[in-house]
Amino acid sequence: MSVAIIDYGSGNLHSAAKAFERAARSMDVPDKIIVTRDPEVVFRADRIVLPGVGAFADCRKGLDSLDGMVEAMTEAVRDKARPFFGICVGMQLMATRGKEHVTTDGLNWIAGDVEKISPREENLKIPHMGWNTLDMVREHPVLERLPLGPKGRHAYFVHSYHLNATNEADVLARADYGGPVTAMVGKDTAIGTQFHPEKSQRFGLALISNFLKWKP
Amino acid sequence: MFKVRVIPCLDVKDGRVVKGVNFVDLRDAGDPVEAAVAYDAAGADELCFLDINATHENRGTMMDVVRRTAEACFMPLTVGGGVRTVDDIRALLRAGADKVSINSAAVSRREFVKEAAEKFGDQCIVVAIDAKRVKRAGGGERWEIFTHGGRNSTGIDAVEFAQEVVSLGAGEILLTSMDRDGTRQGFDIPLTQAIADSVHVPVIASGGVGNLDHLVEGIRSGHATAVLAASIFHFGEFTIREAKDHMVRAGLPMRLDP
Repeated sequence: MSVAIIDYGSGNLHSAAKAFERAARSMDVPDKIIVTRDPEVVFRADRIVLPGVGAFADCRKGLDSLDGMVEAMTEAVRDKARPFFGICVGMQLMATRGKEHVTTDGLNWIAGDVEKISPREENLKIPHMGWNTLDMVREHPVLERLPLGPKGRHAYFVHSYHLNATNEADVLARADYGGPVTAMVGKDTAIGTQFHPEKSQRFGLALISNFLKWKP
Repeated sequence: MFKVRVIPCLDVKDGRVVKGVNFVDLRDAGDPVEAAVAYDAAGADELCFLDINATHENRGTMMDVVRRTAEACFMPLTVGGGVRTVDDIRALLRAGADKVSINSAAVSRREFVKEAAEKFGDQCIVVAIDAKRVKRAGGGERWEIFTHGGRNSTGIDAVEFAQEVVSLGAGEILLTSMDRDGTRQGFDIPLTQAIADSVHVPVIASGGVGNLDHLVEGIRSGHATAVLAASIFHFGEFTIREAKDHMVRAGLPMRLDP
């Protein structure tokens, strides 16, 4: 089995690749982790990971600069039902549109816009930067056996915008930061996390392992 | 629930931890990667590396440290010291840093903060502010920005500077009191509060931690979002867990994941 991690210049590429390699090592049959800029490799991969940090428009531009990549990803996920994992801005790109500074089209896999978070309490800072617990909205194999809820484990967040999903059914988990923040989305064979599993210590590695085991 | 962060900071010189880390049985107490792995296992919420003699020639050494750390630790990592160009930032992020801290380059050229934030996003640009109390001309006190380890005065007001760099795109402020650094007398609380209350981004309090109550004060009275300390952890006086347990007893929300 191969996992293609798309290299479009995102800052967290190295950390993401290392975390997937570590998680893969604990599997019975370790997946091959391939960091790639080649749409053909992505199209043939068994699983696809889209990392991402920075601004939405910038990331979209970076992804578009790889000729044929969006088409390869879309066909692999939509037509071949390959499991897909978007991380942070990689998750936000799954939305209909991003509204960070300018309005930019997303992949439109998850209906909704990426909007600025606005915590109610004045003392809560933006970016939402640090560790937060997750509240499960919908059960999902990737969340299996992970302790969630107020007394559960924590995930590491760094963001000022989140995916405001139109359909509640697409939301898997939320965090509370002076109001609800979309922490995880999922539809068909695609999932995405606003938080960084590659930076969330044991919890993050466990979640990545679940993704690698997931057979949708 | 959102938690308060405890951040150990490692000073690195020529790829080695300055003075070493003595809190656990490390094979090599001077290896920053080993120290990082130990702090990861101890439950630190984030790590900070400061390259204290960053030069063009030894940049590769720090990149190697960051790269090896990102291979071994799956936790947030901030790296600072000698960051002057967009290329410096790109290289550190590519090596595995999550955030990059800019210090004197932000003082000498404010536009650099803007360029960096536009290129890489606000969330990964930390501006490190070293501030010192000075007498105001007309009486009273204020805090001024100092560079070069507190030796060079700039005449710039610390609160105004913090607001300015945030407006340019800094996503976090790492605030060090040069008066308190190394004194073990606790954070400069009025300074921390003045900065934290004047910007909308998280502020990390730094400089002066000598006991665990100081960590609580930094959050509660200083209004910081996170606390950074070095010696109390490095020399084994307190473990990360002891610090967090103490903060929990004081009523602060802490992450105690195994």
